[in-house]
Amino acid sequence: MAAIRLEALTKTYATPRGDVRAVERVSLSVGDGQICVLLGPSGCGKTTTLRMINRLVTPSSGKVFIGGHDTDAADPVELRRTIGYVIQQIGLFPNMTVAGNIGVVPRLLGWSTERTRARAEELLAMLAMEPKDFIDRYPGELSGGQAQRVGVARALAADPPVLLMDEPFGALDPVNRETIQDEFLRMQHALKKTVIFVSHDIDEAVKLADSIAIFRSGRLEQYAEPDHLLAQPANEFVASFVGSDRTLKRLRLIRAADVMARASGNLDATAPTVRASEDLRRVATLFLEHGADSLACVDERGELVGYVTRAALAERLGSARR
Amino acid sequence: MKGVALPRRSLMPYATLGLIALALLWALVSSGMWSDILRYKKDIVYLTRQHLVLVAVSGSLAIACGLGIGIWLSRPWMARYAQAAIQAVNMVTAIPTLGKLALMMSLLGIGPLPAIVGLWIATLLPIIRNTYEGIRAVPAHLVDAARGMGLARGQILRRVELPNALFVIFAGVRTAMAVNVGTAPIAFLIGGGGLGELIFTGIDLQETGMMLAGAIPTALLAVIVDFLFGQAQYWLVPRGVNPLRNA
Repeated sequence: MAAIRLEALTKTYATPRGDVRAVERVSLSVGDGQICVLLGPSGCGKTTTLRMINRLVTPSSGKVFIGGHDTDAADPVELRRTIGYVIQQIGLFPNMTVAGNIGVVPRLLGWSTERTRARAEELLAMLAMEPKDFIDRYPGELSGGQAQRVGVARALAADPPVLLMDEPFGALDPVNRETIQDEFLRMQHALKKTVIFVSHDIDEAVKLADSIAIFRSGRLEQYAEPDHLLAQPANEFVASFVGSDRTLKRLRLIRAADVMARASGNLDATAPTVRASEDLRRVATLFLEHGADSLACVDERGELVGYVTRAALAERLGSARR
Repeated sequence: MKGVALPRRSLMPYATLGLIALALLWALVSSGMWSDILRYKKDIVYLTRQHLVLVAVSGSLAIACGLGIGIWLSRPWMARYAQAAIQAVNMVTAIPTLGKLALMMSLLGIGPLPAIVGLWIATLLPIIRNTYEGIRAVPAHLVDAARGMGLARGQILRRVELPNALFVIFAGVRTAMAVNVGTAPIAFLIGGGGLGELIFTGIDLQETGMMLAGAIPTALLAVIVDFLFGQAQYWLVPRGVNPLRNA
């Protein structure tokens, strides 16, 4: 119910040296419950685009529709209460406890104290933080990873259908970032928010996105599903941005089951095996380690379900089916 | 527990001060000076009341106006003028307080009114400056997060900007009230009354007892006022942004 559509969204800033187009006629749509990553180098207009969705930046022209409603018609302050917002600096209010921070929007919406606190406990538990240990702490008493989890909890507090995230995990160390990305994906699987996510990290984008929008100097260069983007970059800029190892990056997006030839019968005990649900990083690793030409695929119970051959792998990676 | 031990540490300076005061009292009593001072008991009561009115009226008006002006200068639409205004505030601050009182006397004549106005101005300036700087020092991303979550302007001020600036604002108020209480005796020189009357007359007449009859209550008042504002700072500034409680 909360698909997002941008129509020719444009932002122009007047400067002493003439107008500067920060964002130029960007159009794209994101399906309900999908994660769209806005990706590009700094200054490319991705954050400005994000901030036009909740009207922190007023568009110069163009439209934003959320769930089919023109956001021009809404009061910006009311609108923002229905959109979760997470930023890189986190922005937890140091004068409030964790419970106070998570409860900001619920209180604005007039929730009772008990309901607000229960919601905070529920969200902390969902983010793998023991509520009674953390709920009465102040932000100064949290680690970076804990603080950003609370930042996400705060954005989700009033259960908004839409979540805007501006490089939310950018300041975390790589290990923490991986963990929190995994948690976020698991949570998203359950909550099905429509998420617009700004990033400059192609690996993060490939991992999280249902669709990726690549920006360069205010323009949308390509908008596609991750696998399509990696297989068929629309131009030189996109190709160089996604990197020369883009084929390797695709490995995580495809599961063994997608390239296997079905088969049944008895498993050859000496052949290397892979689970059908695993992605091609595992398949490629096994090919490299064993020098075999085919791998047996097994299901969760260890029964043979098919074979993956080198030829099938090459064919899948060489083509660009959507 | 840590949270219980800390307030005690903040009381330490006052305990030390109390001991020194007791020692002085003992010295006064044993030297016979104490009975000299008590001769002025009636004057002390009357002038202390006058003195308190000077301090309370000028101080509370200064806090109210200083907060208001400081907040107003910190608003985005004032950004263009705020720096110039703060520069002007700094310049006025640089005028010695006695000079301010003298200027007030030449504008408003003599009596309590020019004294209160002069004290008000001297007290106002540190409060304006700290309120403005305190709010400006609130990180921009906090305000951005607050706006993004759907807080209206007034809500951002009340729930985010002021609480996070409160420690700095209180520091300004404490400084200002120290200036106020310290300057109040001089009000006597422009006919404002108060304990300055005993101090200055005592000096002129070389009557140590009379001078101390004014000086001791003035010093006590300074300590009490600082103690009260110190306690208010300790308890009213939220724990998450209160260095005194998070050491």
